[in-house]
Amino acid sequence: MLTETTREARILAGGQSLMPMLNLRLARPELLIDINAADQREPAIEGGMLRLPALTRHRVLLEHHLIREHCPLLTEAIRHVGNVRVRNRGTIGGSLAHADPTSEIGCCALATGAQVVARGPAGERTVPASQLFAGYWTTTLDPAEIITDVLIPAARPRPGWSFQEMVRRTSDFAIVAVAVTFNLAERSGDRASATVALAGVADRVVLADPGLVDDDPDQTAARIAGSLDPPDDVHASGAYRRRLARVLVARALREASARAAAR
Amino acid sequence: MIKRQITLTVNGRDHEVWVVPSDSLLDVLHDELGMADVRYGCGEGVCGTCTVLLDDEPVNGCLTLAVQAAGHRVTTLRGLMGPGEEMHPLQECFLRRGASQCGFCTPGMILTALDLIRRAGRPTRDEIRYALVGNLCRCTGYTKILDAIEEYADQ
Repeated sequence: MLTETTREARILAGGQSLMPMLNLRLARPELLIDINAADQREPAIEGGMLRLPALTRHRVLLEHHLIREHCPLLTEAIRHVGNVRVRNRGTIGGSLAHADPTSEIGCCALATGAQVVARGPAGERTVPASQLFAGYWTTTLDPAEIITDVLIPAARPRPGWSFQEMVRRTSDFAIVAVAVTFNLAERSGDRASATVALAGVADRVVLADPGLVDDDPDQTAARIAGSLDPPDDVHASGAYRRRLARVLVARALREASARAAAR
Repeated sequence: MIKRQITLTVNGRDHEVWVVPSDSLLDVLHDELGMADVRYGCGEGVCGTCTVLLDDEPVNGCLTLAVQAAGHRVTTLRGLMGPGEEMHPLQECFLRRGASQCGFCTPGMILTALDLIRRAGRPTRDEIRYALVGNLCRCTGYTKILDAIEEYADQ
């Protein structure tokens, strides 16, 4: 249908971002294509990957045992998404396609090295989350492509993780959110490695440069915060967001490494 | 846009209604079917006054299209009341505790709280607070609402 129409069309998944935009007249597509009945699959583990069908609702992400077991970072982050009603309808594929720069889910997708499976007229392809986001509410996907699955590497041995977020009001959009995954050194001589993703600090969710990460959480956080140039908006100034990034990254690195060490 | 006829099953009763595809479930329930217990608040899914149960799960009436609810069970607060407008026990608790003042938020509060109790049994006060974060009340200051829900959950 996306290829057959010349009119502006939008895909309607859970509708918890698109419908408010319609109600506020921020989006005025001529066609809405409701995909809610298109797929009834459940989350599954396949070849070391957590496979989440795009229509997996946030409530399922929050409660599903496979996600709690293999990606507890996501379980924790989803607690910060919307409210009960939003989580009952909102979907992981819709959330990633919406590409909000403050998205908790987008932040986790970056920190876990997730990929999305996109299907279009030319067939199916896999897009790493690190190449998915193009700017404010914009992805790199072709307009005729649709996300069908999200693949998240199942937690490796001895992983640590942390999700930190600052909001004005509980359940509101993040001012800044930070997701960290952390791997202890497997052998002596190896370095521990951390992946740091941030939301609310740019026109999209971003991965921190791995070269800025070392063993000292405070110095790492200061370097990452220093590399950011967050925009000012009505919710917070850029300077405040940079300061939050520094505090939250340090907190997240400490918690993630403590979790990894405790396992 | 062209209207089409759909069947909405609300509170156990089938209603034949003519809708355009862009009509929200809230619009149809409130404006077409005259259900005063489903209310427009914010239109963004934030305030909770349009809460209805869709197949027993709370959803935003303002963010669901009426055509999406066809073939599913819709329940409003009225659907939980007994015969002859007999109040639900949680409504009684709200009255007894003074948890309802203007009453605009009350249906959404009760539907959300009952969903929580159905899932969690006896939730803690913090769990109730967390579940109700998307239901705004501008009168009570929430304390009496929490008291009422705890009283009901203890029964």
